[in-house]
Amino acid sequence: MPFIQRAKPQEGQTLASQYRQYMSLRLIILLALAVGTLLTLVYDLSEGPSSLSFLGLLQGLWSPDSLPITQQVIIWDIRLPYALMAILVGAALGLAGAEMQTALNNPLASPFTLGVGSAATFGASLAIVFDLSHLGISQNFLLPVCAFAFAGATSLIILGIANNLGGSIHSVLLFGIALMFGLNAMVGVLQFVADEGQLQQIVFWTMGSLARADIEKASIVAIVLLVCLVFSLRNAWAMTLLRSGEEQAKSMGINVKRLRVITLLRVSLLTAVALAFVGEIGFIGLVAPHIARMIIGESHRLFLIGSALCGALLLSLASIASKSVISGLVLPIGMVTALVGIPFFITLIYQHQKRNTL
Amino acid sequence: MNLNLDQISISYGKTKILSDITTGSLQKGNVIALLGSNGAGKSTLVKALAGLVPYQGKASLGDLEFAQMTQEQRLALIGYVPQTLPQASSLLAYEVVKSAANSLLKSQSVSAMEEAIEEVFQKLKISHLALLPMHKLSGGQKQMVSLAQAIVRQPELYLLDEPTSALDLNWQIQVLETVRNEVKKNQSTAVLVCHDINLALRYCDHILLLNQGQLLSSGLPKECLTPDTLAKAYQVSARVETCSLGRPMILVDHAL
Repeated sequence: MPFIQRAKPQEGQTLASQYRQYMSLRLIILLALAVGTLLTLVYDLSEGPSSLSFLGLLQGLWSPDSLPITQQVIIWDIRLPYALMAILVGAALGLAGAEMQTALNNPLASPFTLGVGSAATFGASLAIVFDLSHLGISQNFLLPVCAFAFAGATSLIILGIANNLGGSIHSVLLFGIALMFGLNAMVGVLQFVADEGQLQQIVFWTMGSLARADIEKASIVAIVLLVCLVFSLRNAWAMTLLRSGEEQAKSMGINVKRLRVITLLRVSLLTAVALAFVGEIGFIGLVAPHIARMIIGESHRLFLIGSALCGALLLSLASIASKSVISGLVLPIGMVTALVGIPFFITLIYQHQKRNTL
Repeated sequence: MNLNLDQISISYGKTKILSDITTGSLQKGNVIALLGSNGAGKSTLVKALAGLVPYQGKASLGDLEFAQMTQEQRLALIGYVPQTLPQASSLLAYEVVKSAANSLLKSQSVSAMEEAIEEVFQKLKISHLALLPMHKLSGGQKQMVSLAQAIVRQPELYLLDEPTSALDLNWQIQVLETVRNEVKKNQSTAVLVCHDINLALRYCDHILLLNQGQLLSSGLPKECLTPDTLAKAYQVSARVETCSLGRPMILVDHAL
């Protein structure tokens, strides 16, 4: 039983009513996650090198004109896109990780462990090195498109391999890791031929940073996330069936092959668009689904939302940490997610192994 | 609905698994055992009927040909319990059965579906497992949940691929009695892949004995399971005896 123990059933209570009671608890946990994410968003907004009181912040959000222009710029052009992007990218990676783990039936699958993230980095690096902005193609457009194309192609290669190898967890993972190293090497080649400005952009990508977030980019991520979430939830029943077993799902009329292709394309889109503007942010896609699974269970109607919320909360916390660790300096968030998240994840696994609930 | 297999052949690439299986009309309301040694093609035949493996020939349930069935018809008519157990996920046993029962919602209300789920948990005596995650269940308990996924949908045809392989003696008897009761009550049909010939003899109305991809024998258990057919199908020397309760029993003396 994940995380929170259910109350003992009363005499004569039907299974349906016990299940409903349990579901209510899960909904409360989801709500708590949403409230937690909102609170971290507000805290993230109030954190930064320039001194801005909490009241000043609220005033600036409510009525921007009441603040001096410098503070308006800090709130609306720097902190708000930064904090919103953390939540949106975290949610996108959390959702992508959850879908990938179910689709490939692999608890170690995530956009990064299987090379999809590296493929997005390679696509983005190509877009940076072969800059087409002189042809009127905006980098804001070209970068995510290239990242998506390579992430999507990589997902399909992984899917093909998974089918050929009968879905063997170890073989698919090993192949994904090999792919990741290969792609990283190709990114290295691009870095080698890039000029100074391009090199800086590629390095920005690989370190992961929210610093270049703006409202337009955040809106693109929000729209993609929302659309993908709607389609993911439409497949929630099929995904739940797939989680109970591939043969079971097939026998219930689920076209597992088609479901996998569509899911992996969605994962590629989410990963590519999320990372296109902030660079490589690993770990969230791996850990958020595990935390969601522990506290919410795996009925995909709630699990997918829960994983997205866990991702949002984690990246928002990482965003706060990136500004708080060294005063006056904002660390690249990709570093923080690994440094803060991994010990947290190991602690969770250790606790649950002790309780035998993992 | 009667089950009818006419010249069914199945190949994996160039390897022929089953050839020309013809059973004639198998009456509804019967439990049919599909017996044979390892690799005889039992699971392949069941998978073909479940729509997971392509086949040649004609297979029909009532007037409906399996190959012509839509996904909806297949979902409504067939309850397949695969040999592989449900995964050790964090899904609750209740959710696993509910996900299978969701297909009932097209024809039933939510409360009717919930009653059906409640009933199947009680019938299989696994209500105490309902709100436990699958990763906490033993192999046998997972097998019971898998069976519940099929029974909850009240299909016309049960395809049960070794549904008792992970169960102890007590549960084997309970499962087979439950399946038999369901089949008799609803006048449905069950095809049961099984390795225990004595259980087949006791609980099944009809036997299909496969040998190296061909139908060796088809008919009533007592007629089908003879020392001669058992020697051909399993390469064992066996006797059919009668126990003190008057039931026929097969005793295997030695391998041939």
